[in-house]
Amino acid sequence: MELLVATAIGTLTAAGIYMILRLRTFPVIIGTSLLSYAVNVFLFASGRLALNAPPVLRDGVEVYTDPLPQALVLTAIVISFGMTAVIVMIAVGSYLSSDDDLVNDPDADADQTREGAA
Amino acid sequence: MSLFLIIALPFLGALLPGLMIQAGRQSCFIMTFLVTASALIGLATHAPAVLAGEVVTAQLNWLPSLGLNVNLFLDPLGLMFAGLILGIGLLIITYARFYLSRDDNMGEFYSYLLLFQGAMVGIVLSDNILMLLIFWELTSLSSFLLIGFWKHTADGRQGARMALTVTGMGGLALIGGMLLLGQIAGSYDLTTILENRELIQASPLYVPALILILVGCFTKSAQFPFHFWLPHAMAAPTPVSAYLHSATMVKAGLFLMARLWPVLSGTDLWVILVCSAGLITMVLGAVIALFKDDLKALLAFSTVSHLGLITFLLGTGTAFGAMAAVFHILNHASFKAALFMTAGIVDHAVHTRDMKRLGGLRRLMPLTFAVATIAALSMAGIPLLNGFLSKEMMLEEAYHTTLFGSPYLVAAVATLGALFSAGYSFRFIAHTFLGPVRDDYPDTPHDPEVGLLLPPALLIIPVILIGVAPFLAEPFVKTVTQAVIGNAAAVPDAHFKIWHGLVPALWMSVIAVVGGLILLAAFAPLARVWAATPRLEAKAIFDRIIGWAVSLAYVCAERLHNNSFTRYAAIFTATVIAVGAHAWFTGVNAAPTRDMLAITPVGFAGWLMLILATVFLVTVHRNRLATLILMGVIGLMVSVGFNYFSAPDLALTQISVEVVTIVLLLLALNFLPNATPVESTTGQRTRDIVLALAGGIAAMGLTYAMLMSDFPITSISEYHLANSYKGGGGTNVVNVILVDFRGFDTFGEIIVLGIAALVIYALTEALLAGPVRARLLNRGYEEARAGDAHPLMMVVLTRVLMPLVLMVGVFIFLRGHNEPGGGFIAGLVVAIAVLMQYMASGFSWADRRQRYPYHGIIGAGVLCAGLTGIGAWFAGAPFLSSAFGYFRIPPMEKFELATAMGFDLGVFLAVVGAVMLSLESFSRLGRRAGIEDSDYAMDIDPSRTETVTGGES
Repeated sequence: MELLVATAIGTLTAAGIYMILRLRTFPVIIGTSLLSYAVNVFLFASGRLALNAPPVLRDGVEVYTDPLPQALVLTAIVISFGMTAVIVMIAVGSYLSSDDDLVNDPDADADQTREGAA
Repeated sequence: MSLFLIIALPFLGALLPGLMIQAGRQSCFIMTFLVTASALIGLATHAPAVLAGEVVTAQLNWLPSLGLNVNLFLDPLGLMFAGLILGIGLLIITYARFYLSRDDNMGEFYSYLLLFQGAMVGIVLSDNILMLLIFWELTSLSSFLLIGFWKHTADGRQGARMALTVTGMGGLALIGGMLLLGQIAGSYDLTTILENRELIQASPLYVPALILILVGCFTKSAQFPFHFWLPHAMAAPTPVSAYLHSATMVKAGLFLMARLWPVLSGTDLWVILVCSAGLITMVLGAVIALFKDDLKALLAFSTVSHLGLITFLLGTGTAFGAMAAVFHILNHASFKAALFMTAGIVDHAVHTRDMKRLGGLRRLMPLTFAVATIAALSMAGIPLLNGFLSKEMMLEEAYHTTLFGSPYLVAAVATLGALFSAGYSFRFIAHTFLGPVRDDYPDTPHDPEVGLLLPPALLIIPVILIGVAPFLAEPFVKTVTQAVIGNAAAVPDAHFKIWHGLVPALWMSVIAVVGGLILLAAFAPLARVWAATPRLEAKAIFDRIIGWAVSLAYVCAERLHNNSFTRYAAIFTATVIAVGAHAWFTGVNAAPTRDMLAITPVGFAGWLMLILATVFLVTVHRNRLATLILMGVIGLMVSVGFNYFSAPDLALTQISVEVVTIVLLLLALNFLPNATPVESTTGQRTRDIVLALAGGIAAMGLTYAMLMSDFPITSISEYHLANSYKGGGGTNVVNVILVDFRGFDTFGEIIVLGIAALVIYALTEALLAGPVRARLLNRGYEEARAGDAHPLMMVVLTRVLMPLVLMVGVFIFLRGHNEPGGGFIAGLVVAIAVLMQYMASGFSWADRRQRYPYHGIIGAGVLCAGLTGIGAWFAGAPFLSSAFGYFRIPPMEKFELATAMGFDLGVFLAVVGAVMLSLESFSRLGRRAGIEDSDYAMDIDPSRTETVTGGES
């Protein structure tokens, strides 16, 4: 199972990085969300994986999972919603006021395209 | 009065002038005066004890493990400086009241002045050198504000910048030096450091520490080669020049050299560095001062020269030198501040400070003339004035000092310095006040009102008193000297008197005064020679260095910072991967210590869906709606995964956040284009794919390595598991951690969440206030609108569901402490319930039924959590400690009540408010002109048209 979780985090990270390097706001936001998934799962996994080991105290249960990363990730999930909402608002605002949703200064992009073509 | 209060008073008082200026300039002045006066009285209450040999201390441990303690101590040296700072401060405050014009913002001025005063008092009372450094930087900052007080003048701005650059750089060097010193001594407390002379001087770090500390002191006290900023700082209002640049701030460097004298001085390096810097500065400053026509520039360079004199005295490393230094600090502060103030009076009355346009003022401004002449003669070193006494001591010391193997070098240089010093002092008197009365003054000269004249006149009293009766100052100076050298037996027993007999120092003094008179007589031809000599201009060199640094910064910045976010992100990613790879390949990777869990079919199926959805998302990402749907799949798989790996709370949170996130992104997509065009080149995409794959592999490797090894150190989780029920009264350990063990974190997090929502609200407001509003209201539709904007089925269903969902929310909230659930999840669930109403029945309908503003709900949540936390204080426990108990109300079962529930309620409210405020803000953007939402659900929207309407989209 560890291998599966590791590859899942790797895939989410790779997809996140690729999307963040796109030139429009919407894919960049999607990219940050994908990275948040990856980071949240990574933090959660730092408590090591456990099947059927609840973080809730019960009589007769001997093995518990690590509750600390769970508590940290729980707030991280909620906070990442707040942050996503803020950048989405900034993206919408910039699109509505400038009528384009490029993430870069157009001049800088021209440079980059030249460099890419060269 | 506690030492803490003496420092705190000016800082707290700095708030008052800005407020009191509303009540008029007079009350603003009185307030400021009272603040400083009460600090001075507080200081005076300690004076008898300190002079009797007691050291007053005040201590507060903050972070003892890092050596960060708020320790203060007051010894005679600190008493002298604090007395100068507060005492002269009172005079300056009075002087400034009459000096500043009605156009100047007096409240602002006094606020800066008090800030500066607090920082200075902080320097001289600090026992902890780290705290001393903070106050040191604060004086640089507040002096920047004061020098640049006349923001409209280019000189003021440039002078302020130059002063900040030079003293700021010196401050950085000083930080380095002080940290080294603390490292060597093993403590950051001055009192401990001062006891470790042998240890410090034997350390190999002594030389770098000494040089860095001296750079800090030399920049602050304007010693060669850092002397050039002080004359440019004269662009400041005259009260500032008199206060900062003669009496107090420039003496901070001297203070620190005196303070650290016991541990740093006495080595050859100290003597060579400090003596030569002092001597060069003394002569250089005096020569330049002679040829300056601007009164304040003359005084500025003379200050540079006198600071050099004191530095030289400290540099000799002898007890007699230290005593002369202390005495001259006292004398210089009195006559120089008086001179600056008289220069300001002349400027105020005649509207020029140029000596070429002055002269003959003695008849027109007799009182000013008297004060200025006495002060200037003291500066020249004329007997019966205090400047004479300390100058004699300086010459005496110079006569006995050998530098670079020559016994006469120092004596000759010191005499030369004194000669020029006498020269410019005489010129100050002669070219301003003596000579014939002119008829071309820019304004009619007159003696000023008493408020301007009184402060310098008061300062003249000690000048004469000490000059005539030196024994009055002797006990005090000797007590301070003892504090400087740290050894009562070593204080020289020489008595302070005017006549010592025909000693060498007297002859040197005679040479200086006669030479000064000759300089004055031959001034005109000398000035012509001076004007014709080519000189290096320190400001030009400084400007060139700054220009060079700025262009270097531009080159770097333009390479790295060209307004392309994509480039920053790529550089950042590549750097992180490279650093991680370096660590991976050079570090030791321990063999796995854990066994792998067997792969289950369910786990594999979930993994496959997640991977497929992610890959598919990247391939179809140009279709934004499809991207969102795939995001939903990924989010769902992540929540299922959480549940699978024993994290039910996370699964519940993730799935509800997923719902609101998708709704949010759908709302955003309503405004954004539906597709992403192809813009990047194949080369760019290849680069991105390589980076992404490298990042993915790195993350995967890291995760795998982590998952296969045990904790390198014992985790604190065991403690949480063991104490969750006993200490926190709950069996759901995750929830207990959130609301109890780490409640302070959670408290911070709900505040952050609330701020995020308020930011969104503010952005929306700003957008709707601008030109965007009209465009939004009048935009057309890209697609044909749906026939049933508010479908009957959905409206009915959501309204029926509302109470049920709310009940689920309450249930989840209540069970949270013992079962999966809690404030976060309940908040999200309730938010979704309200959201459904907005979606099904329309914005207006839902908004009209929303009785409490969402901002208020956020505020109530934070307040509720905070008050619950504060409640613990009344039980004598720290902030956010929780208590719980079990109650039974027949006929119900026994149930538990915990104070943590109040906290969780706060979390709940904050989450509901934040989520709803963000989404509501978005939907407010979506409202269009002329369309009112109906109060009733309907299948057919009568306003709809089949075709796409025009207009902007």
